[in-house]
Amino acid sequence: MPYTPHTAEDIREMLDVLGLESVDDLFRTLPAAVRPPAGLDLPSSLSEEEVWRVMSNLAALNAGQDELVSFLGGGVYDAAIPAAVDAVVSRSEFLTAYTPYQPEVSQGTLQVIYEWQTFITRLTGLPVANASMYDGSTALVEGIRMALGRTGRDAVVLPAALNPRHRRVLETNLASEGVTILTAAASPAGTTDPVALRAVLDGKVGAVVIQNPNHLGLIEPVAALAAAAREVGALLVASVNPVSLSLLKSPAEYGAAVATGEAQPFGVPCGWGGPLLGFLSCADDLKRLIPGRVVGRTVDHDGREGYVLTLQTREQHIRREKATSNICSNQGLNMARGTVYLALLGAEGLRELGAANRVRCEALRVILRGIAGVTLPFAGPVFNEFVVRLPRPAREFRAFAREQGILAGIPLDGFAGCGVGDLLVAVTERRTANEIERYGSVLRDFLETC
Amino acid sequence: MVTSDRKYTKDHEWVLAEGESATVGVTEYAAHELGDVVFLELPEVGTVVAQGEAVGTIETVKSVEDLFSPVGGEVIAVNEAVLDAPETVNQDPLEAGWLFKVRIEDRSELDELLTADDYDALIGS
Amino acid sequence: MSHERQGATPARWGADLQTSLFAKGRAGRRATTMPAWRGDEVDVRLPADALRAAPADLPSLSELEVLRHYTLLSNLNHHIERGLYPLGSCTMKYNPRLNEKVAALSGFASLHPEQDEADLQGLLCALKLLQDALCEITGFAACSLQPAAGAHGEYLGMQVIRAHHLESGATGRTEVLIPDSAHGTNPASVVLTGLQPRMLKSGPDGKLDLDALRAAVGPQTAGIMITNPNTLGLFETDIVEVARIVHDAGGLLYMDGANLNAILGKAKPALMGFDVVHLNLHKTFSTPHGGGGPGAGPICVTEELARFLPPPLIREREGVYSLDACVGECRPSVHAYQGNTGVCLRALTYILRLGGDGLTRVSERAVLNANYLRKRLEGLLTVRHAEGTLHEFIATGSDWKDLYGVRTLDIAKRMLDYGIHAPTIYFPLIVDEAIMIEPTETESKETLDRFVAVVAAIRAEAEHDPDLLRTAPHTTPVSRLDEAAAARRPDLSWLGPCNCG
Repeated sequence: MPYTPHTAEDIREMLDVLGLESVDDLFRTLPAAVRPPAGLDLPSSLSEEEVWRVMSNLAALNAGQDELVSFLGGGVYDAAIPAAVDAVVSRSEFLTAYTPYQPEVSQGTLQVIYEWQTFITRLTGLPVANASMYDGSTALVEGIRMALGRTGRDAVVLPAALNPRHRRVLETNLASEGVTILTAAASPAGTTDPVALRAVLDGKVGAVVIQNPNHLGLIEPVAALAAAAREVGALLVASVNPVSLSLLKSPAEYGAAVATGEAQPFGVPCGWGGPLLGFLSCADDLKRLIPGRVVGRTVDHDGREGYVLTLQTREQHIRREKATSNICSNQGLNMARGTVYLALLGAEGLRELGAANRVRCEALRVILRGIAGVTLPFAGPVFNEFVVRLPRPAREFRAFAREQGILAGIPLDGFAGCGVGDLLVAVTERRTANEIERYGSVLRDFLETC
Repeated sequence: MVTSDRKYTKDHEWVLAEGESATVGVTEYAAHELGDVVFLELPEVGTVVAQGEAVGTIETVKSVEDLFSPVGGEVIAVNEAVLDAPETVNQDPLEAGWLFKVRIEDRSELDELLTADDYDALIGS
Repeated sequence: MSHERQGATPARWGADLQTSLFAKGRAGRRATTMPAWRGDEVDVRLPADALRAAPADLPSLSELEVLRHYTLLSNLNHHIERGLYPLGSCTMKYNPRLNEKVAALSGFASLHPEQDEADLQGLLCALKLLQDALCEITGFAACSLQPAAGAHGEYLGMQVIRAHHLESGATGRTEVLIPDSAHGTNPASVVLTGLQPRMLKSGPDGKLDLDALRAAVGPQTAGIMITNPNTLGLFETDIVEVARIVHDAGGLLYMDGANLNAILGKAKPALMGFDVVHLNLHKTFSTPHGGGGPGAGPICVTEELARFLPPPLIREREGVYSLDACVGECRPSVHAYQGNTGVCLRALTYILRLGGDGLTRVSERAVLNANYLRKRLEGLLTVRHAEGTLHEFIATGSDWKDLYGVRTLDIAKRMLDYGIHAPTIYFPLIVDEAIMIEPTETESKETLDRFVAVVAAIRAEAEHDPDLLRTAPHTTPVSRLDEAAAARRPDLSWLGPCNCG
């Protein structure tokens, strides 16, 4: 049998030690009623080569972003992954290690987590970060819980232009905890209206969420939103695209108490949306409310520097029913991907990454502005993603472009005042000038074929 | 060591009543059993607490326990020094490691607490 | 039988600690560079008030420096390809390399979650195959792959149970019973769903106490969360009666499937009377732990509860797969997309490789290994609740404490010197000085024999030189760390400037 070393002789010897006749004697405590009479109705064991054939044939039936030219985003982006990232995380030392509960034999994993925490704190400007969350949506849930826990309040304001997939997860989580969810409307410019935010704020609101850039790709008026939150004593919880932090104001600079987001573009494959890499960071006075694993630097009994899991009393295995989060397993290996990725980029590489996204995004916007009937409905600044408004249904263009090998974007019909012609388009560093040109020509062809 | 100048609780706290003020800390027994104290949450000055109410927490590396107020009244002082150096609770739980002071509302509450002998018997058992 | 001393000597580790990445590097050095822009120049300026004051200070290193840093760091880790990992309740089995090769296929890894079904036919077929296999293994009707971890599955399972009661108007059903031997995540998962956990004391035999259960259930009961086999490694033999009591009271039964490795092919949660189960793909189905994740915690449910599973649902009609968004229905959602799909693909690979026959052999050999090891440790370590051991067992260090003045922690730390990862210790909480041992089916008899020899050697050390244990480990890259100092004055990130090493 695959993966087990037992020979018939081994089994005989082991049963002899136990004084048993057969392996089935070991299961005698299982009542007959719970035992499947005919075993498992699944196909028989296959060789590695046969399984490889089945699975690679299934993979071949898909068409992903290596094969197609992708302009899809909305939280997950077609970002380039350096080969060195895969090389590091395929090492068994990182791949197959357990959670570092025995620090003496886990310094590798622990130091990587400490380095990840450092990278995230440097990007967000907030002094504390944890070892990762499942994804951007659950990271935001936990960030809101922290803000509500600190303020002792039970209402949260979400922006209208919040990632709808994140909103859905927030609703599941917060509604059952009895949290009131309010919404701050977007202005006609597509960004959160500080006046509309003020209109829903009162002393019951403990957390004001902003997403920057928002789900329309627009950079939010963060200073005005932060000021409004501060006036009522609510904490600002920011959900940010970490790639944008190469250029954009850090959450700490505009007064966020918690910053969360999806760090998938830092070396993690899109993988149909999982496993991803949620991150969470916070102000110093919230550190004892932060969920999940946190690593600290300390010394061993011989004075050598080393790393340990710390602030463990926050965690579910100690606080049990008083815990404010139940997270146990996180996205450890993807966090290692993110750490190696940022180590490879360095400050200069990160700056270039931001610039590479910016130039490609603006180049496509220039092309689209030049196509008759096509508009960019929101005038405000963007990072690497934006809305284009077509004179015909965006879904039809998406299907047309797919025929040409292009994944054109995400239709926004019904989202935050968007219509049937609106499409969310992302442009990453992987897109070439030719591919961007082609996006324009395919759109022209589409509009001419009506 | 269980000193007779103060009262005790079954939650291993001591109370030293001086005039209208009651100083609260954890016993030497608790400080030893808990192990290295790493963090404390203490009530804010001005908070009014009831007898037996959970008013804070005391944390070690792998445990967290509630702190209770052995008497009711207003919190009039908190030991800021132990917040900065929680190890003081282990080193000197009865003096420098005191936690907070309450203005006693009802002196009869003190009578409900354990005497040094009672507490000795409790931890001896 | 004598305890072979072969190989039972402490192992030299042979790897050095590394200075922080942030102390390495030199300004101007580069690894990754970006693709050049070969198009027209465009205006990329952003308003000044949108920009950060200063770029993040990150280290500048060459590609080789980065690889050396992480390779040298990796040498400081214990891992499954290095040595035994007998962590109870964690099922640290071998993680087949084939799984990794499959998950890395571009046809899976490069898919964007917003692509159309037509581009995903192979993926959806694979995920449906996995859902069907998990339903067959558990005996249930429907499966959601969305939860990203075991605790995440518990959370979704509790949401499903809550939704069921709310729909039937039973708003007063808010209490979830949890045995005192439960995993720490169980009570936390219940509370976060807005339900209240109520602890249920185990009987003296380590199993559920039926009288206590009968007394605890009532119109307030939303359900019960049971790990079966439980954290003592014992099968809840009264489970069918337990299910009847809870169902009669109007509650539902949730099974924490963390210990499914013990009963694969031998027992099905649905036949036991459960309504919901979560599985840990990173335990039973061989996906790697990755130093803490990503795992996956799919849940399987009865036909009746299927309508509360998160959308979209994978449908198949005449060989064509589609995603049903369940528009207009009120269903919970716990992940932005469909969970840790890459982990699910690894688990499917494992299931195909083993087949139904192989999966049954998994539980047989896992249980054989645990029982053999338990028996061989007789006279060295005292085992609690030995009768009915399945895939793991609980020993206690309490007699070593009495005899030699060493604690379970000291025994565990000394094992590290022999190249063996420590077992799970001080859990479950209901056993004093607990040492929880789960060898898994992928370990050979020789490895188990060596473990016994190591325990014998450590016991001899405890007898003659207990300080050797109290100060262990001695051969690892670091000795015991000052966790109190770490928690009192947390140092959670590198504060100095980069490139100043």
